[in-house]
Amino acid sequence: MKKKFNLKSITSSRETSLVIVLVLLCGFVQFRNSAFLTPGMIENLFKNYAVTMIMALGMMCVLLIGGIDIAVGSTLGFSGMCASLFLRDHTQMPAIVIFLISIAIGTICGALIGLVISYGKVPPIIATLGGMYVFRGLAYLVAKNEWVSAYQFTDGYKDFAQSKYLGFGLVNNLIIITILIYILFFIFFKWTTLGRKIYAVGSNAEAAEVSGIKIHRIKIMCYAILGFLTGLCGAIYTSLYASAQGDMGTGLEMDVIAACVVGGVSLNGGRGSVAGVFLGALTMAIVGRALPLIGVSQFWQTAIKGLIIIVAVILNVLAQRAIDKNNLKGREM
Amino acid sequence: MSEYVLELKGITKIFPGVKALDGVHFQLKAGEIHALMGENGAGKSTFIKVITGVHKAEEGEMFLNGKKVNFRGPRDAQEAGIAAIYQHVTAYPHLTVAENIFMGHEKVKHGIIQWKAMNEEANGLLRELNADFNATDEMGALSVAQQQMVEIAKALSMKARIIIMDEPTAALTKRESEELYRIAEKLREEGASIIFISHRFEDMYRLATRVTVFRDSKYIGTYEVDQISNGDLITAMVGREITDLFPKPEVKLGKEVLRVENLSRQGYFKNVSFSVKSGEILGLTGLVGAGRTEVVQTIFGAERYDSGKIFVEEKEVRIRKVQDALRLGIGLLTEDRQHQGLILDWGIGRNITLSEIEKYGSKIFTNEKAEREAAKKLAEEVDTKAVTIFDKASSLSGGNQQKVVVAKILASDLKVLIMDEPTKGVDVGAKAEIYAIMGELAKKGYAIIMISSEMPEILGMSDRITVMCEGRVTGELKRGEATQEEILKLAMAKSLKAAQ
Amino acid sequence: MATKSGRVISAEKPFRWKQALLKWEVFLVIIFIAVNIMNACISPYYMSVNGLFTATSSFLEKSFIVLPMAYVLLLGEIDISVGATVALSACMLGISFNAGMPMGAAVLICLLTGSLCGALNGLILTKFQELAPMIVTLGTQILFRGIAEILLTDQATGGFTKVAWFKNLYWGKVGPVPIMFLIFAVCAAVFGVIMHCTTFGRRMYAIGSNPLAAKYSGIHVQKIRFIIYTITGTFSAVTAIFLASGMGSARSNIASGYELEAISMAVLGGILTDGGKGNFPGAILAIFILGFLRYGLGLVNVASQLMMVIIGLLLIVVVMVPNLNLGRIFKKKETKA
Repeated sequence: MKKKFNLKSITSSRETSLVIVLVLLCGFVQFRNSAFLTPGMIENLFKNYAVTMIMALGMMCVLLIGGIDIAVGSTLGFSGMCASLFLRDHTQMPAIVIFLISIAIGTICGALIGLVISYGKVPPIIATLGGMYVFRGLAYLVAKNEWVSAYQFTDGYKDFAQSKYLGFGLVNNLIIITILIYILFFIFFKWTTLGRKIYAVGSNAEAAEVSGIKIHRIKIMCYAILGFLTGLCGAIYTSLYASAQGDMGTGLEMDVIAACVVGGVSLNGGRGSVAGVFLGALTMAIVGRALPLIGVSQFWQTAIKGLIIIVAVILNVLAQRAIDKNNLKGREM
Repeated sequence: MSEYVLELKGITKIFPGVKALDGVHFQLKAGEIHALMGENGAGKSTFIKVITGVHKAEEGEMFLNGKKVNFRGPRDAQEAGIAAIYQHVTAYPHLTVAENIFMGHEKVKHGIIQWKAMNEEANGLLRELNADFNATDEMGALSVAQQQMVEIAKALSMKARIIIMDEPTAALTKRESEELYRIAEKLREEGASIIFISHRFEDMYRLATRVTVFRDSKYIGTYEVDQISNGDLITAMVGREITDLFPKPEVKLGKEVLRVENLSRQGYFKNVSFSVKSGEILGLTGLVGAGRTEVVQTIFGAERYDSGKIFVEEKEVRIRKVQDALRLGIGLLTEDRQHQGLILDWGIGRNITLSEIEKYGSKIFTNEKAEREAAKKLAEEVDTKAVTIFDKASSLSGGNQQKVVVAKILASDLKVLIMDEPTKGVDVGAKAEIYAIMGELAKKGYAIIMISSEMPEILGMSDRITVMCEGRVTGELKRGEATQEEILKLAMAKSLKAAQ
Repeated sequence: MATKSGRVISAEKPFRWKQALLKWEVFLVIIFIAVNIMNACISPYYMSVNGLFTATSSFLEKSFIVLPMAYVLLLGEIDISVGATVALSACMLGISFNAGMPMGAAVLICLLTGSLCGALNGLILTKFQELAPMIVTLGTQILFRGIAEILLTDQATGGFTKVAWFKNLYWGKVGPVPIMFLIFAVCAAVFGVIMHCTTFGRRMYAIGSNPLAAKYSGIHVQKIRFIIYTITGTFSAVTAIFLASGMGSARSNIASGYELEAISMAVLGGILTDGGKGNFPGAILAIFILGFLRYGLGLVNVASQLMMVIIGLLLIVVVMVPNLNLGRIFKKKETKA
């Protein structure tokens, strides 16, 4: 029975420790600056980090099967740019169509990368490095190096990211979308066979193949899911910032991966949870938002982010080592 | 209806460049435990994968209860009631036991997984098997034997009528094997038919009523177990008679070369002491998990020890890393040669000289020519079956790979050779050759420590036998006085005591 | 001597034309020639000593990172912090120079900074071997870039052109040969020799192919990993020096994306990310192929964005093609024969 307790603590330790860190962090910031935990501030925080939060879920799919995708920043740029261009040239289109276009392009990009990785047997880091160049280059090429500026967008599109009609006038649309997606993915990973198959492939691909799981399909699906969410975020991004530039989303992949890592997703596959990713992304978001409020210069933010990632992964290792050592002590000789 | 639940006729399977199965036959009676034997590479594992639909045969027919079937994938086989427990445990370490049991046929209602029902049923199956763990435990935290039990539970959950076990006892201790025998018998009584692949004759005698032998991808024959002698069976498997399997030469023992005193490492072993003389073969045995491998890995510097002393030629030494051990003349032949002993992508020549590049060149630069000459000599000394020293290590059979590892260890100037399960996964023919090499090395004055779980090997090759049980040395036996029973008693000393 | 059973094992390497011709390097040489022919057709001035050397100046400064990156990839690992290391080293160079130090001292500080960055990666990765290099260097990438931002905020640090010898590092020439080219050639030669003719190089291959077997063969795996990550940092600083020399100033946001360019070049050169594969001349060839290609397309005003698409596709195709058809086709032929 004692052993069982240990196991439980391994699997849940990441989430609990993140919650503790978050509470301490928020408490500290709130103590120093009472403007922090106000509804407006929180809404702002979630609105601005919706993109990272949503994409982190997709990244988790990919990391779960032992893959990685560093092309997401470019995919976001490409899909968002295509959608924006379409909007510029067809101003009568409703916002939903633009969103669908962006999603479709993102999904195709993701699926293509998945194809290259599964059937082409290209290591994920290389395939997505290539994809990163290709999609970024295409984002510039389709736009002929031009921007799409705020005045070229329809009001309906721009307003989407600012208004609250999906949240019945209470909560911002983007927050509603984020919450819906998180609930959907929580159900998907916990209670559907397809979700569990992703874990199975990440845990032991060979066994999964022998037991009849179509690994290639799962892999392509995971990259397509990430592409889908990235496409959605491409539209959200352009709507939120009311412009589309060729270089938008550059470096976003690192933020997204960092959110997953802080949230306890293993880069070796098989381990990670929706709750963990949420907390990881939230931690990174709060760090980004809260530091300026307590007088930390904006120029310190990047360094602090980097430090958090390093400390998080090292703490993880130390915790695991302590658990292992404890288990050994318990062994009778 | 046919007498056979499963019948395969003229199965041929071709991989690029090799014929893995060549017109093989097989018949399985209802409610029978049928052993499938043959040397490594005889095609047994491929054959299993054809039955379970993982591979598709190029030629041949398969009948299930007299009806011709044609599996398109593993799922078809599963649905037809065929379950396989593979050689390497095919578990998902990050998932729970219940998920592992129900992977591929989860309990689903309206597309939603029914966790509660699954856990309950899994616990029921585990209770049936006398398992000492829970459905919600994480698979990765279980022992190999426990994981195997999960695999069996999985076969049960699928209501499999034909269960295939590929070397199920290879990683099990004696006691765990007994448990497996019991389960297998129980499954048979309940009407399941079992195909059992094993290298251990013991398994076959204990369980099977009939045995089928493959050799070189071909079907050799099917025999009644109680009507065939050990020798005839080996002849069938190897195609030649093996005389004098254990050519242990009489060697005059020299001075003591290595002594360990009270070596301890938390959680792995405690107060381990033994010594070995030049020219001597010390057998180190015990059940799997007794800490034998951990002890020698520590002596070799791959792991740290907490306390204790190590003496080489009467002088106390401190071994912190592998380099220290090699410099002191201690070499280790690891148990897992494919991962720890060899670089499979490399030619055998480069593998052989890897530990001693500096010896042939200088401290900074390599000398390819000298290395090649040395590698050639060493590879020939152990009689490797290879054409050139550029043959990839991965292209050799298990036995020949082991010879390359021996050649590699011989490249260093060693006094003590530690061999961890030197004949594991090696077929009968190559086994005899490795024993011969060991005998010759002893003659040359090496002190040899041999870890082995195989009784005949330990009894046949060792001058002295040290037995470990759960991290401690429980006894030492001389060549003359050791018997199987004696060793087993020491190897299970702790659990015997606990039982009293 | 032969074995007991009379078998003789040959120590002569069997030579097969087909294998020799199918080598990746042969393919690279052909592409290299093709690129040069293309460039010569585009610009009449290209195929001259001056033209060629001008072309090299457009990409050599960042190629210094490719040398150690080849080692990192050979180990089967990856270092994505090099771009940030370049930025931080260049900032340190500028800050110490503008604080009144002589340029020589500033250059040393720059090299030291780079080496320390690399050593930090090496230290974390050898002390916590459970961690994947990808994630650790992702963390240090953000950290190093962040420190550079703290140091310089959004300002530039410059005035390097005041020191003639420093400016000449990038712009100077010995006869027709740029100084940077000479230094690069020497460094590349040393890196190549180490990789192919020394015990260190052989051990790198061993670690890349099978780290466990390397450990059990008595190789100081962790020591070698640490050294290589440190060297990677040092050479990132070398790139920082040439970059600063060429631009005359430094900012905290320079050299972003260099890590990916360096990885692309090494991978195109045949040093795949799974470790233990490839050789050094391939990587050098890839540097020049990509550099000349970019330069040539620049001459005819092909957008640099199109170039990105081409490099990206090339990268994927190069790794994918051998995995797909070639293997199958040749195996089939062998079985038939």
